[in-house]
Amino acid sequence: MVTLKINDQEVKVAEGTTVLEAAKKLGVNIPTLCNHPDLCVAGNCRVCVVEQTGARTLIAACAMPVSEGMDIHTNSLKVRNARKHIVELLLSEHRADCTKCYKNQKCELQTLANEYSFGEHIFLDLVENHPYIVDRSSPAFIKDDSKCIRCQRCVRTCAQLQHVSAIAVANKGAHMKISSFHDRPMSHVVCTNCGQCVNRCPTGALTEKTYIDQVWDAIYDTDKHVVVQTAPAVRVALGEDLGYDPGERVTGKMVTALRQLGFDSVLDTDFTADLTIIEEGTELLTRLKKVLVENDHSMALPMFTSCSPGWIKFIEHKYPKMLPNLSTCKSPQQMFGALAKTFYAQKRNIDPSKVVSVSIMPCTAKKYEADRPEMRSSGYKDIDFVLTTRELAVMIKQAGIDFRTLEPTHYDSLMGSSTGAAVIFGATGGVMEAALRTAYEIVTGKPVPFKNLNIMPVRGMDGVKEATVKIEGTTEEWRFLEGAELKVAIAHGLVNANKVAKAVSTGKANYHFIEIMACPGGCIGGGGQPIPTNVEVRQKRMDAIYSEDMHMDLRKSHENPEVIAIYNEFLEKPNGHKSHELLHTHYIERESY
Amino acid sequence: MKNKGLTKVDLIFETIDVRKVMTKAFEMTSDEIINEILESGLKGRGGAGFPTGLKWKYTAAEQEPEKYIVCNADEGEPGTFKDREILDKAASKVYAGMAIAGKAMGSKKGFIYLRGEYRFLLPQLFVELHKFHKMIHEIGYDFTIEYRMGSGAYICGEESALFESIEGFRGEPRNKPPYPTVSGLFSKPTSINNVETLVTAVMIIEKGANEYVKLGTKDSRGSKVFSISGDTPIPGIFELELGMTVQEFVNEFGDGDTKAVQVGGASGFCVPRKRFGDTIIGFEGVPTGGSMKLFNSSRSMYNVLHNYLDFFAEESCGQCTPCRVGCQQLLKGVENVKKGEAKSTYLNELVKLADTMKVASKCGLGQSVGNAFKSIVENFREEIIY
Repeated sequence: MVTLKINDQEVKVAEGTTVLEAAKKLGVNIPTLCNHPDLCVAGNCRVCVVEQTGARTLIAACAMPVSEGMDIHTNSLKVRNARKHIVELLLSEHRADCTKCYKNQKCELQTLANEYSFGEHIFLDLVENHPYIVDRSSPAFIKDDSKCIRCQRCVRTCAQLQHVSAIAVANKGAHMKISSFHDRPMSHVVCTNCGQCVNRCPTGALTEKTYIDQVWDAIYDTDKHVVVQTAPAVRVALGEDLGYDPGERVTGKMVTALRQLGFDSVLDTDFTADLTIIEEGTELLTRLKKVLVENDHSMALPMFTSCSPGWIKFIEHKYPKMLPNLSTCKSPQQMFGALAKTFYAQKRNIDPSKVVSVSIMPCTAKKYEADRPEMRSSGYKDIDFVLTTRELAVMIKQAGIDFRTLEPTHYDSLMGSSTGAAVIFGATGGVMEAALRTAYEIVTGKPVPFKNLNIMPVRGMDGVKEATVKIEGTTEEWRFLEGAELKVAIAHGLVNANKVAKAVSTGKANYHFIEIMACPGGCIGGGGQPIPTNVEVRQKRMDAIYSEDMHMDLRKSHENPEVIAIYNEFLEKPNGHKSHELLHTHYIERESY
Repeated sequence: MKNKGLTKVDLIFETIDVRKVMTKAFEMTSDEIINEILESGLKGRGGAGFPTGLKWKYTAAEQEPEKYIVCNADEGEPGTFKDREILDKAASKVYAGMAIAGKAMGSKKGFIYLRGEYRFLLPQLFVELHKFHKMIHEIGYDFTIEYRMGSGAYICGEESALFESIEGFRGEPRNKPPYPTVSGLFSKPTSINNVETLVTAVMIIEKGANEYVKLGTKDSRGSKVFSISGDTPIPGIFELELGMTVQEFVNEFGDGDTKAVQVGGASGFCVPRKRFGDTIIGFEGVPTGGSMKLFNSSRSMYNVLHNYLDFFAEESCGQCTPCRVGCQQLLKGVENVKKGEAKSTYLNELVKLADTMKVASKCGLGQSVGNAFKSIVENFREEIIY
């Protein structure tokens, strides 16, 4: 233990603790900008400088480990003057169009400016000194360099959490900027649109591309029938943007709010999550049979899940040789979209050209996914608009809805029913757990041999998880799997996905089925989720997901009555002709820069 | 204190029997070598002036099987060109310094990070390196040296940015601590020394610390190679004993009309004529990595300052706020004052900003921008305004 003094208060902390953490322990707040709990220390914004008695210079609290006898002052005149200068310097290179900015009142620089830089600015405005690019090329997000304060949170996110490095630092000195390979537009580089950078940007330099106005236009267009679907992870995070603590489940209130916003039908992505399990589970069993029994290697093992559009783009760029290993199932969002303008429109007797399909997602990559040319199997654009959890919160505020006082209601009935298996899609390991609950039962006629159906080995925040499920007591049809050990792996965050993909591509791993989610923690930590994010927040959202699962009457996808019905009435059979037409897709090899 | 006066010496470029020194060092223990350097009082010749003996001692104390000796030959300070001359004329002494440092610290591997613009020196340097390797391996040393090339960024002369560059990353300074002696190149204990420091260390081992301390002053031991340029009839490389005043220096090298001397390059200090007599060149006065630039009365100090600020605004790595934005503000600020677009009192704000940069920047680059800025603005304010 190390003893030091901060603002004349003594504190004892473990060796290796930073001054910033030690101060936090005392309840002393030191402002930060480039620092983020998910990322390695950068120490480059210098907002957190503090005075150490005897030191020649001020020190960056985020980067300085404590040492015995340190005497730190966090609010001395020297510190205040330097901090004011630093905030002023950042403001001088930042286009402070606050009232026009999507991040207005949610901007960390603005908060600091309120504390340190009111009144006249000291320094000259440098914004016009440089030609800035506003990159709107991605359907998922906007990169506005004129608002960038070069804290490099995005760069560290992209490299350290996602192993993508679509953005990196270019040039030096006054010309230093965050850029892509050869300054290409973000739509033409290795970017997966995961939005993790958007989630961590302290200013409005990286924001989701918003479609709020387009959705309002559709809602008020009397000619249109607007259906909305909500992803599993939205319901456990939306509350954070509306004044609730992390981990609050607001499913019922959210449904009521969506109805009040004017959507014609409020439906659940969970329905197609359950459908995904049937399709993907069947696909897995087919692949196992082809490869293991019929020795037909036209189908590849292991099979990767395909729910996460960030992961899809990652593998298309980085491991195109493994595209045959990717399940051909569309993500639940896109299955929903394809069915909304076919099955749903038929059943409700609506002209599919009048259906506007909106989805509320924890994700920015879903905006990109909806724009993929493959995603028009209904004959129309299957999903018209994708909004993030954050955008939905904005709409609720715009509509003047007092969210807290809302009475919870249920989803509408057609394509609105779900199971606990679908809800847990929102957390890393959830798709795997849901798939195992169903696949095991198909093969053996019995529930998975885990207490309360909770398959604990696939849960939790470990970057890569592995499990083996022994298949025993198979039915006649699946006798070839008797005694087999199904080896599965789960990875979340693309840096971990890369580890697994690399192991598979080099023949070092021997799995049958692998679940990958692009974002840390799975969809609960998606790029479209409320800001801020950190390990604790994600854990609370995850706990809420599993609690939602436990509260459901039905917890196995194949028991979803609407899923059973849609096969009887429309799709005929899993992986059948109609399924392939509407619910399955193909992938594209992409360049690796 | 009586100053030493100006004395020319010839130690760095002096031809010595390198094999003899290497044999002598081979028979010394690690402690003996380090103590010799400690006793000499040698301070780093790159400009920062950290005691070399301490650096070696700290690195030697690390219990890590892999350690590195890095020679910083990324000479980039405006007005400095001495390391080029040393490498050109006395490369074997540079190699010798590295091998002796390796022996003292238990390192088997050395890297020379050579300024990109000095690539033309390489063919000859390789020939000498080959001979040197052969010679020391015969004596029994287990030490090899490799070259790594810079690519023109000034910041890569900063030790931790230099490591990043060698490791294949963008040259950006790291947070310190950990210091290089604990975690440097490839996160291993590393002693990084300037070209001239290493040659001086060889000289100390050859002649003994007791001989060496006869030169220089208490705070600035020994002699130093100066790169002299600007308004002087005799520009070039000169080795001088430390301890002279700027006046004595100007008497020797000035053109009779010297109004200011920039000591230590763009990151050093500007000494005006009125301070020539009482300013010692060395750690008790104005330290320098070697750059001495003389300006006569035909020069506009605004242009001099503008040139330096332009340089820094370009060569800051751009990582930390005070340096990246501060350099641009200082540059644009003096331009606006000159053009009359900002009040002359705005210079006071800029001086305060320079103070912030000095205490809040991440590395030595940003911390030293204020040196030139303040010393020019304070001494030649009227030239900046009018």
